[in-house]
Amino acid sequence: MSMLKVEDINVYYGNIHAIKGISFEVNEGEIVTLIGANGAGKSTTLNTVAGLLKPATGSIEFEGNSLIGIPAHKIVGKGMALCPEGRRIFLQLSVQENLEMGAYTRSAGEIADLIASVYDRFPRLKERYKQVAGTLSGGEQQMLAMGRALMSKPKLMMLDEPSMGLAPILVEKIFQIIEELNQAGTTILLVEQNAQMALSIADRSYVLETGRIVTSGTGEELLHNDAVRKAYLGG
Amino acid sequence: MVINMLNYLINGISLGSVYAIIALGYTMVYGIAKMLNFAHGDVIMVGGYISFCATSYLGWPVIPSVLLSIFVCTILGIMIERLAYKPLRMATSLAVLITAIGVSYFLQNAALLIWTSNPKAFPNMVTLPPLVIGELQISSVAMVTIIACIVIMVVLTLFTNKTKLGKAMRAVSEDKDAAQLMGINVDATISLTFAIGSGLAAIAGVLLCSAYPTLMPTTGAMPGIKAFTAAVFGGIGSIPGAMLGGILLGIIEIFGKAYISTQLSDAIVFSVLILILLVKPTGLLGKKINEKV
Repeated sequence: MSMLKVEDINVYYGNIHAIKGISFEVNEGEIVTLIGANGAGKSTTLNTVAGLLKPATGSIEFEGNSLIGIPAHKIVGKGMALCPEGRRIFLQLSVQENLEMGAYTRSAGEIADLIASVYDRFPRLKERYKQVAGTLSGGEQQMLAMGRALMSKPKLMMLDEPSMGLAPILVEKIFQIIEELNQAGTTILLVEQNAQMALSIADRSYVLETGRIVTSGTGEELLHNDAVRKAYLGG
Repeated sequence: MVINMLNYLINGISLGSVYAIIALGYTMVYGIAKMLNFAHGDVIMVGGYISFCATSYLGWPVIPSVLLSIFVCTILGIMIERLAYKPLRMATSLAVLITAIGVSYFLQNAALLIWTSNPKAFPNMVTLPPLVIGELQISSVAMVTIIACIVIMVVLTLFTNKTKLGKAMRAVSEDKDAAQLMGINVDATISLTFAIGSGLAAIAGVLLCSAYPTLMPTTGAMPGIKAFTAAVFGGIGSIPGAMLGGILLGIIEIFGKAYISTQLSDAIVFSVLILILLVKPTGLLGKKINEKV
């Protein structure tokens, strides 16, 4: 059964028609990626699913319930977290406070356990728990952003360009963590410009071009698809 | 000579404490809504009138009248935000600024209609004996003002640093979209900020009018502008900055009046502001975090 079902959504920024009738779905337990060039509408799609943007038309269903018209701050409580593009951690809050914000919708009793499990996965964050987040390195900030999203115990975790601006070794580490999260039972919807990496871990993938889905398939299929190779994988 | 100076210093700290309490409202609202609420000074005036009416017309004792004034101003603050500023959340900052000035005039003129332009003699709300230390005499109003300021500062600092709601407030002030993704209700948080700021304005109104007991519809305007200056001086957006800026401004103003010129005291205050901002554009405690990408 599909966990997230997006059907024929259209999204506008003022007069700009950013998303032109996109439909896709994410099944429970999958890693699904949206790949495409800059400006293809990948982030817009994730932001719309998370409720930050309102689609003009179309439907978005999460576990069978419509998300249309529900404000962003109520969507996270339904079991869906977005780790946004550019990390968007709270730079002036401490590492631990960032994590506490991630658990804003959880009850006070759960927070200590959730924080412990995030520190388990990211020991680096534990070392720096009192530090102001703005002083962390890029890789640490990405880990904090992912840890913060995990604090809401999401069933579906959406990640927007988690590899952006990171050294290759860190990129591999981040993708390894994504796979681990998936194996632990979290469904993943991943947006990436690093198509090679994204396709190699994805169960299924959709390719976006200027607001439309132009092709889709399993990660393996798209890795060997000529058009995709030319456009995104450098021949 | 020394006694005089000490007296001026205490008066300065006391006046500065009022500025600081007002400046907190400016700085918190700026921090979270990224707007300058120029109507904030006029909420002080409304606070003054409400407690004036409660004590002088209804014969209420001091504490309930102050609580009523806090209550009314809190509601007023929330209403101003809902009706005037919230519809402009997506508008340019200039449009919001002009609206704030409009709300300020609206409040002044509403006060003019309700209470007329005749100055009201504000009753003395703090009827305690002055504190006498040797030759030094500290009025009870000054004492209460300084203590109120310290208490407010401590409570607000604990609130923003230790409570879930306070941390959410800081998160919203930094990044509204990210805060929403955490499940924080941004609209409610902004309302709460206006409520706190306006409640503080009511307290400032009562303290200000107790020290300078002439109440007019324009009473809040000048202290409002000076508190705004204090907030910028201390580093707008910073709570300790508003406190420090307010107190320094009060001290500079009183010493300027005492030793340089009564007429020029405001000019001196603003000259100091300009000097500080030339040297440190973010204000005394204003932070500038280097973002790593």
